[in-house]
Parts: sequence; C-alpha cells; structure tokens
Amino acid sequence: MTLEYTQARWNSDDEGYEPHLAEKNETSVDTDDVPLPDGLKRDELTLPELSEPELARHYTRLSQMNYGVESGPYPLGSCTMKYNPKFTEDVAAHPAAGVHPDRSPESVQGTLELLARLENQLARIGGMDAVTLQPPAGAAGEFVGILIAKAYHESRDDERTEVVIPDAAHGTNFASAAMGGYDVVELPSGDDGRVNIDALEAALSKETAALMLTNPNTLGLFERDIEEIAEMVHEVGGLLYYDGANLNALLGRARPGDMGFDVMHYNVHKTFATPHGGGGPGAGPVGVSEELAEFLPSPHVRASDGGYELFEPERSIGKVHGFMGNWLVLIKAYAYIARLGDEGLADASAKAVLNANYLASQIEYEVPYGPFHHEFVASAGEQDAADVAKRMLDYGVHPPTTKWPELVGEALMTEPTEIENRRSLDQLAEAFDAVASEERETIETAPERTTAKRIDQTEAARNLRLSWQSFDDGS
Amino acid sequence: MSFEIPDDLYYLESHEWIDPDTGRIGISEFAQDELGDVVFVELPDEGEELEQETEFGVVESIKAVSDLYSPASGTVTAVNEALFDRPELVNDDPFGEGWMLELDIDSDLDGLLSADEYADQIE
Repeated sequence: MTLEYTQARWNSDDEGYEPHLAEKNETSVDTDDVPLPDGLKRDELTLPELSEPELARHYTRLSQMNYGVESGPYPLGSCTMKYNPKFTEDVAAHPAAGVHPDRSPESVQGTLELLARLENQLARIGGMDAVTLQPPAGAAGEFVGILIAKAYHESRDDERTEVVIPDAAHGTNFASAAMGGYDVVELPSGDDGRVNIDALEAALSKETAALMLTNPNTLGLFERDIEEIAEMVHEVGGLLYYDGANLNALLGRARPGDMGFDVMHYNVHKTFATPHGGGGPGAGPVGVSEELAEFLPSPHVRASDGGYELFEPERSIGKVHGFMGNWLVLIKAYAYIARLGDEGLADASAKAVLNANYLASQIEYEVPYGPFHHEFVASAGEQDAADVAKRMLDYGVHPPTTKWPELVGEALMTEPTEIENRRSLDQLAEAFDAVASEERETIETAPERTTAKRIDQTEAARNLRLSWQSFDDGS
Repeated sequence: MSFEIPDDLYYLESHEWIDPDTGRIGISEFAQDELGDVVFVELPDEGEELEQETEFGVVESIKAVSDLYSPASGTVTAVNEALFDRPELVNDDPFGEGWMLELDIDSDLDGLLSADEYADQIE
C-alpha cells in the first residue's frame, strides 16, 4: 500500500500564495486624536484590516501549506527532529516564567534554581563538571567552546594555531574554528568511516589547540578508538571538543566526559526536544571539565548560603548573549529532562538507535557501513539524492538530509528519532522504496503533490527575494 | 564528456586558468560543470596585489562554495563586474565572457600546468 498524499494548495499553479496580510486593503490610521507631540506622530500608518476569522484562516492555511514534525515522519539526518511535547509549552507559558531579566537575583531565586538544576542535569548527562546555558544555539555553543579552549591555552602562554576536524564533521565545526582564529587541519576518514589513527597522528602537533569530534559520527558510527584518540590529543597538549549534535544516541549510556572530552556543546533543540527555532530563540549550552570552568561566560549561577547567586568566573571569556541565555527554551529543556528522568532518557536513546537500524534494514537503497547508532547514511546510487528527496515529499514524508557526508555517494542521511513507531517507519520505508523504483524522468521534476512544486534553486539563489515586499516592487 | 581546454592558457590543479599574454584569469569549463549553476562570484578590487596559488575570491554555485586561487602573482588591473549581475556567464562562457579578472603578471608561470597536463589531470 502506498500512501496517497496531496498537500493543501491555496494558490493556482502559476501564482504563489498571496499572503492576505500583505494584500488586504490597508487603511490609514487617523492620528489626529492621539495625545502625542506632532513630532512623534506619523502621517501614515498602514495596518491591514482583517477580522479575526480571516486572520485565523490565514494562519491555518499557511500551516496547511507547510510540512512539520506534526504532519508526518521527519527523518532529517543530523537534525534530530523530535516532536516537541506540548507540556513543555505549558511549563514555559506559566506566569512564573515571565520574569523580567533585569530583576535582582534575590527576587528570582526560583529562576536561578531552575537554571542551576538544568546546568547540573546537563553536566551529569555529558560527564562534564560545569555548564553555561548562555549560548543561543548549537553553532554559538561551538564558537564559545573554541573561545574557551583558546582562553585556556593563552592562560598558559601557549598560543596554538590549529584545530583538527574530521572531513565528515558538521560544517559548523570548520566555521567555529575559523571564527576563533584557528587554521583548520582536515582529517581524512578511514575506510571504516571512522577516525583514521595514522592520519590523526600525522595531523596532531604542538600547534593543535583542539580536535573537534562528534561521536557517534555523521555516519552514525561510534568512534571505538575514542580513548586512544583522547590520549593522543592530550599528549600534544590539545583539548578534545565534543560536538553534541549526535548526543541523542548516547543518553544514559555513555558520556563524552568519560571518553576524555574536555569541552562540549548540547543542542537542546535536538536532544531535549525544544523547538528547532527556524532562526528564532534557541539554546546551545556548553559543558566543560573542571580545569576549564574558570573560563565560562559571565554571568554564571551558583549555589550560595542556601540560595543562588550570579557571579563572574575568574577568567571568564565574557558575555556571549544577553542575560542568562534564552530562558524560555531552557525551561522547555528542563521540563523534558525532568519528565523523562534517567530511565526515560536512556529509553529514548535506545529507541532512536533501534529505529535507525530497523529503517536501514527495511529499505532497498544500499546502506554501506553499520550497524548504526541514531542515524544511517544510505546511497541513492545512480539516482540524484536531491531528486530522491524532492520526490519523497510526494509520498507524504519529509526526506532525509542529502549529499552529505560525502563519504557516501548521493548520500541520504536518515535519522527517524525515537518518536516514530513501527507503522510510520514502514511508511518511510515504502516512500524510500517507491522512489527507488521510479524513473529519472519522474523524480527529476518532483514534487508534484505539494503546495510548492519544484523550486528553481538557481533562480532563487541568483535573484534573492528576502521579504514579501520585494514581490511588490518587482525586484 | 570532453571539455574545451584552450592550448594557449596555463592552468592550476584547482582549475583556474590564466592567459599569459593578457593576464586574464578564470575557471575552466570542467570546473564550471562540476560546480553546476554559479549563483555568486566574489572578486578582489582593482589594484589589489595577488600572490601565486593563494586565494583571491570565492565562487558559489547551487552545490558548493569554492575558493579561487590565483595562477600568478601580480596587481589586479581589471575585474569583470558583469559577473556580479550575471554569474551565469561563468557557466555559459568560462574562457570568454566568464573571465574574472586581469592581472599585471609579476611571477613566472613555469610551475603551472599546460593544457595537455591539465587535460590529463581531469581525465
């Protein structure tokens, strides 16, 4: 049985959806009676005039034209697209969460306690000694981690110039190291898709500030030699950085700190089910070993005299975000961790691993490497992975990440997460297999059944339209 | 598929070409084919000094972002500003209208690949 899927379409084929808010009659607001000095008044203030039902329909239609984790399976590899449980929204919407960030520490002891508890939970999960919640996203966390590594080396009058990163690492690793002022040394992967110890030996030197590693790696493979790797990096005086993007595979089973990592970031939107912000508020806490705690961003929270206080760590790298980070996101992560508990987290990671391996075993596309942890990378073979992805949309599922890592040709990087049951995993497998058997002519024009058809990527990139206003002025 | 590789140019392994007579620099037909549709080109300003085999700009396609390396040292005497509005020229005519810049060459070109050597490399 193949699922029949057609996405809602509130437009004609040759015209895009015209947002009601933009095209409605705009009526100037009369400012004559406003009791403000003339200099502060605008002559014209155009606001769309819509009734509440019109507005509600507008947003409902937009949501119907979209696809999210609440529409169906969303196995976007490396992104850990977990469902965001509604109870975490309830907790974040609690009136007590609405504290002004400038309140005095004495008057927001409960807030500080929650932050301190979350820091402790994350530290325990990662095997770290101290955690900052300030960085606003995973990439920001990476950058903070690199700044901490840099501050550590500089405090020892040991200026180093290089950061070593495997070729299959997340692109942000290279960017974070470069933004930290380091030269990137790219580490070729071994034949088994893991770190090649000989290549690592050759790459390490007294110039090595850090090795950035994600474990399991982007192929979903556990770096079995991690202890030896850690020893080698520490031997030359470098630090080991853990990219927490794949932490969902390890929860409650293994800890980066125990593997020898000195500094790491957590992606709470991946591992701890907070929303993937789409550019909105996020959080990328950073954990460090005891030796690095004095470099953490300021302010930092700690217990004192039966309460909690803010302080500046002795050799802090300074502030990296406003106040204590994105508090409302952190509340959701806290709520998720507290609700699941130790057993729940370990269970989530076990199911995530089981789901990835089950799905890998059910599809016709070749799946090199394995067995896997939280994700697997299949190959589209003779097909173009981008075409496969676009065609999968027609079967009512979100496609995997494509064309990366490059170790696998025409890669389909797939991470179903623990949220899918067997039925939805089978639905995914059917979508994979349906596309695998289709002709090139069919898939290269896909998708057909979605609101938006094939996007002209070249035209979109060459002719950027970054807001609806650029449609009006024809630019 | 065979690609045009003009005999009168020199090449870098990273697929840039240089015309020894005019100092004109661009990327090869093979390179533009590998990149796919080019959507953005970033080039240095006139008067800037380039060093042989170091980065002078960036070419971005729908598939990848790649650094551009200069086949020679020298001063930039002209920049193909047409590419800023029409990056597709790099795809359509990589050895002609898709040129990137002109250099007052100030280094020898002995270390560069000949057309034959470059053809062997991309085989």
